[in-house]
Amino acid sequence: MKAEIYHRIKRTTLNLLIHLFLIIVALTCIFPLLWMVSSSLKTQETVFKDMSLIPEEFHFENYCLAWQEGGFGRYFLNSIFYTVCVVLGIVLVSSLAAYAFSRLRFLGKNLLFFMFIAAMMIPIPGSFVPLYVLLNKLHLRDTALGYILCMINVGLATSIFMLKTFFDKLPQDLEDAAKIDGCSKLGIWWHVALPLARPVLAVVVIFNALIVWNEYVLALVIFDSKALMPLQVALMSFRGEFITRYPLLMAGLTITALPIIILYILMEKYINKGVTEGVLVG
Amino acid sequence: MKIKPTLENYMFVLPAVLIFAVFYIIPFIWVFQLGLFQWDGISPTRVFVGLGNFKEILFQDKIWWQSMRQAGYITFIALTFQNALAFLLAWACAREIRLKNFYRLIFFIPPVLSEVVVGLVWQWILDGHYGLLNNWLAQLGFANLARNWLSNPETALTTVAIAHSWKGFGWGFLIFLAGLQTIPREYYEAARVDGANAWHCFKSITVPLMIPIAVLVGILTILGTMQAFVLIIAMTEGGPAYHTQVPVLRILASMRGSSRFGYACAQGITFGMILVIISFIQYRFSRQYRRI
Amino acid sequence: MRCIFVVLNFIFIFSGCASKPTAVEAPPTITVWHWMTDREPAFQKLAKDYQAQSGIKVNFELYAPSDAYSQKIRVAAQGENLPDVFGILGETRDFAAFIKAGHILDLTPYMDAHSGAWRNSLFNKALAVNEFREANSYGVSAGVYGVPLDVTTIQMLYNKDLFIELGLDPEKPPLTFKEFLEIGKKIEQADMQGLVSGWGETWMIDCLVTNYAFNVMGEDKFLATIRGEVLYTDPDWVRVFTIFKEMQESGVLAGGIVTMINKVAEQLFANNKAVFAFNGSWCVNVYKGMNPNLNYAAMLPPKVADEYPIAIWGGAGSSFMVNARSKNKEQAVEFLKWLTAEKQQAYLAEATMNLPANKESLEKIPGILLQFGDDMDLVTHPNTWGVSEFPLVIEAIDRGIQSIIIGEKTPEELAREVQEIKERELAKKR
Repeated sequence: MKAEIYHRIKRTTLNLLIHLFLIIVALTCIFPLLWMVSSSLKTQETVFKDMSLIPEEFHFENYCLAWQEGGFGRYFLNSIFYTVCVVLGIVLVSSLAAYAFSRLRFLGKNLLFFMFIAAMMIPIPGSFVPLYVLLNKLHLRDTALGYILCMINVGLATSIFMLKTFFDKLPQDLEDAAKIDGCSKLGIWWHVALPLARPVLAVVVIFNALIVWNEYVLALVIFDSKALMPLQVALMSFRGEFITRYPLLMAGLTITALPIIILYILMEKYINKGVTEGVLVG
Repeated sequence: MKIKPTLENYMFVLPAVLIFAVFYIIPFIWVFQLGLFQWDGISPTRVFVGLGNFKEILFQDKIWWQSMRQAGYITFIALTFQNALAFLLAWACAREIRLKNFYRLIFFIPPVLSEVVVGLVWQWILDGHYGLLNNWLAQLGFANLARNWLSNPETALTTVAIAHSWKGFGWGFLIFLAGLQTIPREYYEAARVDGANAWHCFKSITVPLMIPIAVLVGILTILGTMQAFVLIIAMTEGGPAYHTQVPVLRILASMRGSSRFGYACAQGITFGMILVIISFIQYRFSRQYRRI
Repeated sequence: MRCIFVVLNFIFIFSGCASKPTAVEAPPTITVWHWMTDREPAFQKLAKDYQAQSGIKVNFELYAPSDAYSQKIRVAAQGENLPDVFGILGETRDFAAFIKAGHILDLTPYMDAHSGAWRNSLFNKALAVNEFREANSYGVSAGVYGVPLDVTTIQMLYNKDLFIELGLDPEKPPLTFKEFLEIGKKIEQADMQGLVSGWGETWMIDCLVTNYAFNVMGEDKFLATIRGEVLYTDPDWVRVFTIFKEMQESGVLAGGIVTMINKVAEQLFANNKAVFAFNGSWCVNVYKGMNPNLNYAAMLPPKVADEYPIAIWGGAGSSFMVNARSKNKEQAVEFLKWLTAEKQQAYLAEATMNLPANKESLEKIPGILLQFGDDMDLVTHPNTWGVSEFPLVIEAIDRGIQSIIIGEKTPEELAREVQEIKERELAKKR
């Protein structure tokens, strides 16, 4: 009896400690978000004087102001357009290539795959300079297509790596069955491999969406026309040469963070499955 | 070998290879050969210096190697503190079925937040005179521990490393949690029946099965953390006095601050080579633990 | 499914193409690329005024923040896609490189036309920053290559309210370094924060170092050091480095100054959390936005020695250059002449709280800003020295001063290190 009670107490304290641990870490994670939102509701004068998390006055108009002054409407749509295009582009291109590396045979397969892996590891500093000159020669500078192609390349190697690892582990039976039914290679890829890869694709989606959504240096350098700029560039307009308009900047950052958080919530189920089945080896 | 099927196979990789060749290989070659020149980024002429840049990096640039050591230190903290934290949280969450989704969402917020916000918040917390951290320490009676966390050469690097780990543990957490969930319950139940206690279960079941996952997380952590720099700029600008410099910051300084584009490219190539070597060593080392 | 997005893509691209103006007969448009977010509304208004007046459309395009702008300009120069008017953010050697690469129009003939009418309307210290003299060390032919838009100076500031709290006379800022250090002791005793400045951004350290170098050894010896004729281990230089050690020991520097970015320093000073600040005249606008009731004044850095005057950095704050390859160069020059005329400069000065570059436009400026404009004869600027120090040497000095402040190096050690690096760089040049 005593032993039982002892165990019960030990278990409950352990549970309590674990809960406490989780909650403390969770609080540190939420804190910046709360601070960001609370600063966005203050004014330029009170943003550093008023140190409390809950502002004395709620200036919701900062959000409208940020939206209008930052010209968010157009840039928001641009960012969504680029993110969607790049993500779709990567999903298609990398899944085709990953499938080929995993299932098909051709000369130079290993060499090509090795190059992609090496690309994952070797960063190129100042790569926007040659990219600019290149796009210029191809007449793709200051166009959406040029930017999208560059951004597809950024996440390509890692996406191919993740998908190939997944395809390697996939049992071949379904594909063999489809082949027997007379399905072409492309057909197998589209009807069998892709649907099974949905979980890993979710990881690829959120990984690349995050990259494109937060990018701004390449966009600023490649685009001249304001009409093509993504959201991050608009955000920078609040970081003035001398004056940073903190409340508006925070409002802008909150608006910018929302779509990614929403995307993550939507993909969450798949991501969890995807990480389990796709990314883990062995 | 039949020609048509092989051609078809090539078609699969063609889009990827095309994009890769144009947007990665060409810039890579351009940067690679530029490492052999001295160029300020503006003039139409470049001076060929052969291996001069590389010699300077290897033998004279003390700050470069200091930045590599410091990046290594930050990566070490990431490998230990960040991943241990991620693992513990994942383990804690794996037991809790109810709030698991809630925690999965919350712990992924730091990676999603922009570095601007993270840098500002941490600066605010760590400020020497008005920061929250020193405030709390004083209230808890540890006022003598209060210091200027980001400007003090002894604490600056560790502080930055911890801030970085805080921002990055979300990915590791995700992967560890998924991994823990793939371990079938039956293993634990069978072990319990055999009389094993919690510690035994952990040591003999959890750990061996998680090692491959830990290795994967390790590789991704090393690659990601060695290349980190945006958060560091936001918090300390590489100071004080080079104490929080990292390789990418040095490359940027060469490109912009000193207008030595060729030298920056040489630094970039050196850095890339080192990363490849590290990854290669890690890959070989991990072969023993992975059932390939 | 894929088709829809390919189609959407094409629509987007074609719509982008279609919206580009194809008019052949329309008057030329001048494109100006700038980074000055704070002045964008003022620029847009001026553009409208100019179009009403002259029929020429001026397109101001903002690309912020300034380091991204800098990258964009350099990359555009590579691709020969520079706009009609732009600015170069960077050191003199970058400016010289752009000129030698043929990107920048020589404005001397325009400046000297009508017996120098344009040239004489502007403060010559502002113009000097955009000018190269005869026999300069950059190999650039003498001439004026840019137009200053405003004037800034970098000085020290002090908080009058906090002075009263410390028991000091708010109308009497410290004139000598000794006085300054003594105030530092008082600050430490009162547990307040002393001088704040963006010394995490090394150029601000460089600024104060050169200010005191001018004071301790005079301009000539300073320039001689850059040319390599005087060593950094000279006792005068060690004296300059020691100044920072003394500042730290007296308590007059705020904690954390070595990693502070200027924006944080501004925020601290604006909120009455620091007694002194070292900042440029742009801060007037910044402080007004954060705390309109701030009671403060400008002062010169307190001098250490009496033989030579103290110097302060100043000159053109922002300047515009004309693209030498532009098809609209004449119109661009005309526009810049208009932009720096008295009326427009007065408007800009009032709207953006910056000192004007035009001598006649000083009326409507608030007192505190005028204080910044008072000491123009003490003003100097690296662009006017005719020589530049090696960037690695400058970096070593700046980071070295950070080391001195955190107590890791002594001034003598720094002097030796800097001289070593200087000699290495000189050897490379040979």
